[in-house]
This record gives sequence, structure tokens and C-alpha cells, in this order.
Amino acid sequence: MSVSPPPGAPSVTSGVRSVALRSGVYADSVKLMQVSRDVAATDGVTAVLVAMATPLNLELAANMGLAPEEPTSPEQLLIAVHAEDDDALAGALAAVDAALAARERSSGSAQAIPQRTIGAGLAELDGDGPALAIVSVPGQYAVAEAADAIAAGRSVLVFSDGVPVEHEVALKRAAHEAGVLVMGPDCGTAIVSGVALGFANVVRPGPVGLVAASGTGAQQISCLLDMAGVGVSHVLGVGGRDLSEAVGGLATLDALAALDADEATERVLVVSKPPAPPVARAVEEFGAGLSVPVRSAVLSPETPDLTAAVEGLLTDMGRDVPAWPSRPGPAESAAPGAVLKGLYSGGTLADETMLLAAPVLGDIRSNTPLEPELDLGTDLSASGHVVIDFGDDALTVGRAHPMIDPTLRLEALAALAASGEPAVLLMDVVLGHGADPDPAGALVPALTTARSQASLPVVIALIGTEGDPQGWSRQADALAAAGAAVFASNAAATRYALDLLGASA
Amino acid sequence: MTLGGLLSAPPTIVAAGVDVFSDALRAQGADVHDVDWRPPGFGDPADLAALALDPRRNAANRVAVERILAAGSQLVDVRPAREVIGLPDRTLLHSGPPLTWETASGPMRGALIGACLFEGWATDVEDAERILAAGEIALDPCHHHRTVGPMAGVTSPSMWLWCLKDPVHGGQAFCNLNEGLGKVLRMGAFNEEVQARLAWMRSVLGPILQKAVRGSIDAGNDPLDVKSVLAQMLQMGDEGHNRNRAGSLMTLRELSPSIVAVEGVPSADIAAVLTFIGGNEHFFLNLGMPTAKLAMDAARDVPGSTMVTVLSRNGTEFGIRTAGTGDRWFTGPANTPVGLFLGDYGPDDANPDIGDSAIMEAYGVGGFSMAAAPAIVRFVGGSVPDALATTERMYQVTLAENPAMAIPIMGFRGSPTGIDVLKVARTGWLPQINTGMAGRIAGTGQVGAGLVQPPQECFEKALAALAEETRSA
Repeated sequence: MSVSPPPGAPSVTSGVRSVALRSGVYADSVKLMQVSRDVAATDGVTAVLVAMATPLNLELAANMGLAPEEPTSPEQLLIAVHAEDDDALAGALAAVDAALAARERSSGSAQAIPQRTIGAGLAELDGDGPALAIVSVPGQYAVAEAADAIAAGRSVLVFSDGVPVEHEVALKRAAHEAGVLVMGPDCGTAIVSGVALGFANVVRPGPVGLVAASGTGAQQISCLLDMAGVGVSHVLGVGGRDLSEAVGGLATLDALAALDADEATERVLVVSKPPAPPVARAVEEFGAGLSVPVRSAVLSPETPDLTAAVEGLLTDMGRDVPAWPSRPGPAESAAPGAVLKGLYSGGTLADETMLLAAPVLGDIRSNTPLEPELDLGTDLSASGHVVIDFGDDALTVGRAHPMIDPTLRLEALAALAASGEPAVLLMDVVLGHGADPDPAGALVPALTTARSQASLPVVIALIGTEGDPQGWSRQADALAAAGAAVFASNAAATRYALDLLGASA
Repeated sequence: MTLGGLLSAPPTIVAAGVDVFSDALRAQGADVHDVDWRPPGFGDPADLAALALDPRRNAANRVAVERILAAGSQLVDVRPAREVIGLPDRTLLHSGPPLTWETASGPMRGALIGACLFEGWATDVEDAERILAAGEIALDPCHHHRTVGPMAGVTSPSMWLWCLKDPVHGGQAFCNLNEGLGKVLRMGAFNEEVQARLAWMRSVLGPILQKAVRGSIDAGNDPLDVKSVLAQMLQMGDEGHNRNRAGSLMTLRELSPSIVAVEGVPSADIAAVLTFIGGNEHFFLNLGMPTAKLAMDAARDVPGSTMVTVLSRNGTEFGIRTAGTGDRWFTGPANTPVGLFLGDYGPDDANPDIGDSAIMEAYGVGGFSMAAAPAIVRFVGGSVPDALATTERMYQVTLAENPAMAIPIMGFRGSPTGIDVLKVARTGWLPQINTGMAGRIAGTGQVGAGLVQPPQECFEKALAALAEETRSA
């Protein structure tokens, strides 16, 4: 139906218009507003109103100069179009029919809305089995994610570093209240019911539970236990600061209580870098009050090394202490006046080495020194006895941990060989989940080059198990073939290096 | 201590952050769920941490949410604003945070002009503009008087108000009567047609509704349970903000017998009242809003809570309040809704966001229950999956699911309820609001309807204030 504009129509002065009413058609107002909008966008169309003929819509039509002339009822559908010419009008009316007939473009299910937070992720879990949150977001944002887990009654492992110590304390207090555990922050190693988190080795299941404020310390101990045929129940990392004065062992105490209540755990070992003495005492007293026997592998000048702690535990358990695997190096001796150069990826292993060597060598300078006055700062090429922890946060900013990325350590090795300073080189190589899939592959050429330049005896503490993806023996054989003396025990490696230097511990 | 059973079996792991750790776990055959973590949408990291670590927060938010969920809503009376909230002469309530005549938008000015004419304080439009500009009329937000008003929300002393009561906490809330669609005062229209309708509402509709509501209660019937009507609407394709069809019809069904039973008025007036209600699809909105207001007011003043108690706009600014910061407003410039337009109106005709009706979203219906009314998402060209996705997103910015407000298509999951400022910041997802659109120019009326979000600025300010409060607590 195409008609000329009626006299006096307010806003339509040229072109053609069509005003039609249809009965027996209903569409809701949203649908009709969409139809109107779509048709209005067609070429040559100047005004469109497709709407039910309610009083309000009739008023709108009148304002547009598109009022119907015949009587209407609200159940009728009003289709009013003004176009530039008959062709445009015909096209518009066809478009109205097409739009009215069109189906929704989709009627599928909800698009997947990802969970953005640990809280939302935990809320989506069904079932009431054990669940654990892992947080490795930038440190300044880790707190909120960890707090989500605690609020949901779940334990959380915080890989992130850079979390202020007061936030760590607040999180651990909240976790204690909620009866859950905060592992970390800056916790790189844990094994929960056989699930290895972060840097951890493939070790057999068994009766020993570890509470570890030290990642590589926990790896050393769990690997030696595995080599002695003894498995672990769980390794609960608590973060390197947990036994500091500020944190006061909050997570260590809760982890001890949890292992005490765990059926699979028959013995517990607490491993840490040198702790704050009052905190160490508090942990010892707490451990003494538990039903499960707790032994300390906490490093200090007065306590045994990690290997000795493992040996003590094996004796407690009535097990034989095995000969720890090693690959003797070539018979060589250090040059006169040689010094100890320790290039470590594991902070606890570096500490252990310094604790063993300092009484016989004297001052050892380090970026993580035993005494503040021995601090090397950023001068890693200092002369004399030096032990460097390449895993220290200051050296991992903006790059991967040396257990994954060997670049910095290899540069230091090359610089050492070029320096001409007579030395014995001591290194750790850590295997397991998360570590370099073939550390010997990168190290062997570097060692070969270095040894061709200078007389440089090399001693390696190879931390791992046969079950690790890299395989202890395969790596040991490759390193030994490059002229290194290889030991499964860092304490044994250190003692061997000291022997080469003509000192003995 | 058993760490919630953590050591009893290999755990299911939920991970946020770098995926190398998740990959290593997957390689071991562990059950790992990665969340799609992003840096927070806004907020000083130190503020976010302070709030995340506030030991009061979880318990305070639980208290706030429990009060919302427990609140009820009964229609107990209909009375003029002058009587019920003591609104004095020459005072007008308006929607949103505080504003002045100078800062008022077109539709707000139109409604204020219309109310001055309606109350007889001005002889014509110019006169009304003069007394408003001279500050002779006091302006105050509805929210400062336990009242909510849709769109401009302008409420004058002789307008009739729905009077609702929360039988659980004893709170009261009020809202004016809905005028219908098109050229109406709340959309900023003020012409003779608007004035005539308001006069009829004052002299016929209000008194009849009062007699009907009182008569029913006096006859021993329970007051109308408005919360229950709202709950039923969600089962019938309404979301309670932009779509109130089922709710309006149910309300008509509930009120009709007592309206018809009103004595001493001409039967033509009874018929006119029933016709008016039956012809107004948004009639229920003015009952839904005070129902939400009752619940949100019950959650006011919970120290340590990061929950939003008010979302509201005055056509110029958007304002929010939180349970943990008392009656402070946190404001930012209102956005303009996006949607579909009536007749030949277009985007240029639309005013920025206006009205107290976003109290529905604060309560967890409206845009938050978009999945219950997929028709609404089509305002912005969306589809049914988009409607479901909107509600899914809102679950992640809220503290609870309201079991009374079940959404059928979500498997009768409760509506996402109680907006958490901290979650909004962490996800970067702003609340979704469904709304009408008023014409930008005073006197125009409604030009369309659509979807809008609050400006982020409101939440930034609220987050900073909550963090400051936390540090001084």
C-alpha cells in the first residue's frame, strides 16, 4: 500500500510513505525496535516505525508523520515506512518482512566465562575432595589470590616473590584461624600426596614428611632419602622467611601439626636455612610435644649438615645408611694458593657449603653471606673464597631461575677460567620437575672450555633421583666425562673440594 | 590440624599465574584448573592488598549479605509524601547523588519544572525555572529519605508513595507511583498531558490504592508480599528492572479484588484505575525498587564490608555507597546508555544515565539477572548466550547467590547478589545495568531503553576510601 502524503503531515514532505496495519501478528517491543532500527539503516529509507499500535506508539507515528488513517487496536502491528522513492519503499517493506521472520542468530548455551580469580576458580570446583590453590601472579597481587583460598577454606602455595613480610604474616595468621596452610610466599618446592609442585624430584612415596623453609634443601633431603630406599609422604614448603623473627614459624608450626595428624607420615624432618634462634627453639619445642617424632635439619654453625641429618633419620628408623652415589673425578690437585669458588643455584646448598667450609677456609664472601661484612653485593667476580647463590631474588629479577636458565652461571664460569686465579670450582646441579631438561647438555661444553683454559678442578653436587626426567646417572656420567667429580650429597661434594684445596672439614 | 583434608589424597589444583607450573602438574596427571587471571582493572595494589587482608572483611561481608537475603518486603500502605516522610513544602526529592539546578541534566530539569507546576509553586515554565535557579526549592536525594525514584525520581509533597515494610528488620522504604511510558514526568516531560495525569494520580489513583491496600489488610488479609512477586517474575521472563510485564500483571491480579471493593467512589474511577494499571508494563517497577531498597538498607553500616549498598544516578553523575563507608557517596560522570530508540529518536537524543532504579542491580536482579530475561540483551544486539554470559560475569563480582531469586535457565541458581568493590576491581568487570533512556532535552520524555555501566571512577573512589578505613580501623 503506497499512498501520497496527506495534507498537513508534519515531518514528511517528499518521497513516498506506506502505513499498514496487520492483525494476528505479535512481536515484543524489543524485537520490533530492532526491526525498526535495521530497516531504518536501509538505503533510501527516511523514517520507519514498526510497533504494536499502542497509544504511545501511535503518538510516535504521528510525530513522524506516519499516523494510520484507519482506526486501530493495540493488538495490531503498525508498519509505517517513509522512503525516497517506490523502489526504496518496496525494499524497506521486504526488509521488514524479512526481519520479522528472522530467528535469533543463536540459541546455544552460555559462552564460557573464564574465572578471573582463585576465589571464582575454587567456587567452580565440585566435589569435596582436597583442593589446593597455586598462586604465581606478580607479588603485589598475590595477596588477594591467596586470601581467596583461605576464605574458601583451602590451603595455598604462593610461588610469587616480592610479597611484603607483613602481608605474609597476615596471610599466615588468617590461614591458621581457618585451619589451612599458606606455603610460601616464594615457595618453589612442595610435594602433596605425590603431586610435585614447582621444583621437586620424582621420589618414592613413604613415611617421612618434610617441612621445608628451603626449596633445594628439601630437594637434597628427599633425593637422599629416595636413594636410601625411603620415601616421603609430603613435602610442605613454607617459604624461606617462615623461620625468621618476623614470621615466627607460623606455617612451620601448622605444617608440623598437619603432618602429626596425617596417617601416612611416621617421621618428620624440618629443613631450613639458618633460622632466627628463638624461632628455631620454639619450633623444636613444638615438635617435641607432637606424637610423631620430629628431627631437625635446620642449618647452623652448630648443627649437622643436611646429609648428616638424613643419616641420623635413617639410623632413627633402623635403616642402613647407604654409600651415597658419586662419580670420582680424575686424580688432580688444586694449583698452589687455589681458592674455593662456589657457583650455586640453590640458596640452602650455598649456605650449607659456606657453613662447612668457613671453619677451615676462613672468610667466604658471598651475595648471601653468613656474616653481613662478607657481602659481595653485585661484584660476583671478587677474588678469594667466594660462594654465589644465583637463585637469590636479586639475581632472578626479570629472568628465569638458574635451575631453568644457566646463562648467568655459565658467564661466571667463563670469567673464572679467564681470570687466571687458581681455584677449585664447586657447583650444584638440580634435577627434577621444573628444572632444565638436560642441564649437563649446557654445562659440559662450558666446563670443557674452561678446563682447557686453566687448571680448574670441578666438583659437582648433583641433586636428583634416577626417577627424575633427567635421570641422576645419565647426568652424572655426562658431567664426569667432562672431568667433574660428581656427588649426590652436597656436603660430600664440599668436603671433596676442601680436600682438593688441602683443607679438611 | 588437618588442613581441611588436604593431605588425604592427591589434591585438585586451582592455579593463577604462569602456566609452566600447571603444565608440569598436568604432565604428572594432576587435576589442574587454571583461572584466567589478569592484573586488576583498577586500584592501588597496596589498597587491594589492605582490603584483601582486612580480617574483618569476610565476616562483615557475610553479615551484609545475610541481611540482604533475609530482608522481606510487604506493601503496607499508600500515602502522600508530605505525610509519610514529612516532605515539607518547596522541597523536591530527586534520584541519584546530590545535585543542584546548575548541574541538573535536561530530563532532571524537566521533571523539577513539572513538579513545581504540579505543586502550584510556579505559574508557568519560566517561573518554575526562575525559582529553581534562585534556589527557592530545596533539592535532596530520594536515598536520603528511605525513598527511591525511577529515572528523574522527582518526588513532591503531594505525590502518593508506596509504603513498604521489611518485616524481618523493621525497615521502611518508599517510592512514588509509576506514571506509565512515553511523555511522563520521570523522563523529564512536563506538558499538560503530564500534569493532567499527575493530577488524576493524586486525586483518584492514590486514594483508591490507599483504600484498597488498607481495606485488604483491615479485612485480615496478609499484606502483599512484594518480594514473592519479584521472585515469581524471574520465573516468568522478567528481570525486574527493564522488564516488569509479569510482575505488573501479578500485582494487578493481587490488588484487583480490593480495588474493586473500594466503596464510595464512582465505578468509572475504579475502571480507570484498573485500566491504568493494566496498561502499564512498568507498574511493578515502583514496588520492586523499594523492595530492593529495604534489603540494601538492611545492609547499611557494616564496618569492614566492601559491599555496594546503592547504585544510583541523577542524570549527571553516577553515585555508589558501600556498607563499610556509611552514607558517603562516591561519584563519577554518568555514562550514556546504549540501546534501542523509540520512533525516530537516536543516540544523540539520549541523556546520560539517570534514576535510582539501579538499586535493582545492587540487589542482584535487573542486569545481574539478565539470563532470566534474554529479551533485554537484544537492546544492544546481543543474543541469548550473551544474556547468560552477563549473569555469569556478575556472579564473579558478587558475594552471594540469592536463593529467593532463582533464575530458571541457570538451573535455578540464585541471582548474583551483593556487589563487592574488591571483586569489581580485581576482575575489571563493572556492574551491568538495564535501564530506560530519557530525552536529553527537558520536556522530551522517553527516547529508548538499553544497557549501561557505572563509570569506573565511582568504584576507584570507593576502593580507596574502604582501604583508608581499613588502615585506620
